[in-house]
Amino acid sequence: MNAPIMQATAQAIPGIIAPVPRQGKASTARMPDPKQKNIKLQDLLFRSVTRTFAFLVLAVLLAIIGSLVYGSLPAMRKFGFGFLTSAEWNPVTEQFGALVPIVGTIATSAIALLIGIPISFGIALFLTELSPSWLKRPLGTAIELLAAIPSIIYGMWGLFVLAPLFADYVQPWLIHTVGAAPVIGALFKGPPQGIGVLTAGFVLAIMVIPFIASVMRDVFDVVPPVLKESAYGLGCTTWEVVWNIVLPHTKVGVIGGIMLGLGRALGETMAVTFLIGNAHQLTTSILAPGNSIASALANEFTEAVGDFYTSALIELGLILFVITFIVLALAKLLLLQLAKGEGRRT
Amino acid sequence: METLVATPEVRTEHAPITAPKMSMRNLDFYYGKFHALKNVNLDVAERRVTAFIGPSGCGKSTLLRTLNRMYSLYPGQRATGQILFNGENLLDATVDLNMLRAKVGMVFQKPTPFPMSIYENIAFGIRLYENLSEREMDERVETALAKAAILDEVKDKLKQSGMALSGGQQQRLCIARAIAVQPDVLLLDEPTSALDPISTAKIEELLSDLKRDYTIAMVTHNMQQAARVSDFTAYMYLGDLIEFGETDQIFLRPMRKETEDYITGRFG
Repeated sequence: MNAPIMQATAQAIPGIIAPVPRQGKASTARMPDPKQKNIKLQDLLFRSVTRTFAFLVLAVLLAIIGSLVYGSLPAMRKFGFGFLTSAEWNPVTEQFGALVPIVGTIATSAIALLIGIPISFGIALFLTELSPSWLKRPLGTAIELLAAIPSIIYGMWGLFVLAPLFADYVQPWLIHTVGAAPVIGALFKGPPQGIGVLTAGFVLAIMVIPFIASVMRDVFDVVPPVLKESAYGLGCTTWEVVWNIVLPHTKVGVIGGIMLGLGRALGETMAVTFLIGNAHQLTTSILAPGNSIASALANEFTEAVGDFYTSALIELGLILFVITFIVLALAKLLLLQLAKGEGRRT
Repeated sequence: METLVATPEVRTEHAPITAPKMSMRNLDFYYGKFHALKNVNLDVAERRVTAFIGPSGCGKSTLLRTLNRMYSLYPGQRATGQILFNGENLLDATVDLNMLRAKVGMVFQKPTPFPMSIYENIAFGIRLYENLSEREMDERVETALAKAAILDEVKDKLKQSGMALSGGQQQRLCIARAIAVQPDVLLLDEPTSALDPISTAKIEELLSDLKRDYTIAMVTHNMQQAARVSDFTAYMYLGDLIEFGETDQIFLRPMRKETEDYITGRFG
């Protein structure tokens, strides 16, 4: 992937495509060939059909946003911006606040990425740089299969296997070690219940690893061997080559892969519902049960009686949308910042 | 056959060669089962340019890639025999590859600037081995760029990306990067084949300066280039070293018919 060449092609493409209709017009003007006309018609048809498809996506997106906003209007009117900062969630008195699910969504996704990114990086690094070639294919396939497991199975497995293990071993250990530390100790307080934000985040990590790892592997694979060789030729170790050359060279793809994983983590419903505890309570401890937006929606839609309850849930959906959007925007900003660090290209 | 493997004679117009910098002895190389180098015996003279010529697939690039063990990156590639360098057989399993490659730098066919600024492209390699203050590092970077005859063109834009330079400038940046870590030997794998004639001329000129400080081994497809810049030339064909000697002798009075056919273009 040679960036200057790619830029050059990108610039060249409109130049190649643009003159074609002009030439077509000129030749039809000179000699009205029915065949030529047919081609022109096909071209027009093709262009309008593909354009319709492209705009369809935009229309669907706008329609979804529109209906979410419309549906959440009653809740917006009643609660205003207080909806974002209130931790209250009381269907009886119809007082709703989104803080607990927002915190839960962000916390579980953050835990998932915190665990998932280094492991995915290690997997991709091993598969592209270190693994003997006979092992590459079975390992790569295994990781892709991990992505094919339905999330309900992750949820069940998490609830019946992982949560008891966490309650018996991991959480007591965490409470006694890091839990005793100042400041960050607050994150690891409370009784070991098995289910909670940490367990949900851990299962999410397992679920996002195949996405991040396979994207990382694919982009690491297309780094020109000669670029790696020139770094090895300076006497770099494998780690130095990957960290200083491969990673900067593939940063767009790597961040894209992480965003793909984050997208899944933010929106994951089933597995999180099984494991997060679905408790509308705000604590600092990640061992305690909490709630996430997607999980709250899945659990409560069926029992949402009353206009404000439904509307509050729809507003939660809108918030999830906005969070995803902000995350994508931040990723773009990060890429711009990284490009700046690399030096101007003109 | 004896004459083919003999150490090249000392040319009178140059300072005498004290000792060969690298000596290949009974070197064989395999890509899996394919026998790519067959019993090669060759000396690379210190502070001279040694050129490897021959048709595509003759093993000249393979030979170059044994000299810094680049092939070790790939499973299934192996070399047997000896390559003596600083009194050590660099094919030994115990050789520290990172230290070897610090002493034997390499420049590739296509320019390969790293995805970082021009300054960092040079400083990166130095930092692998030395912990320098900012001022010392600035000096080292500047020296390397000056030695590679590119300083004047880039000194005002050291913070810009190395990718923004022209192909010829990128290649000289790569040479600067290789010499910044102060190697003994420079391996050049067709360093000008992707460049225009003017950039090629600049690099050839640079090579004659660089050989004052470095031992240079280069692969080239261009026989005129070998004749212009090298002191010794090795002609290879299908994995065999056919003839090796002083460049003048190889080009003016080749001893083997095959060599003569190749350099006069009557190959085949």
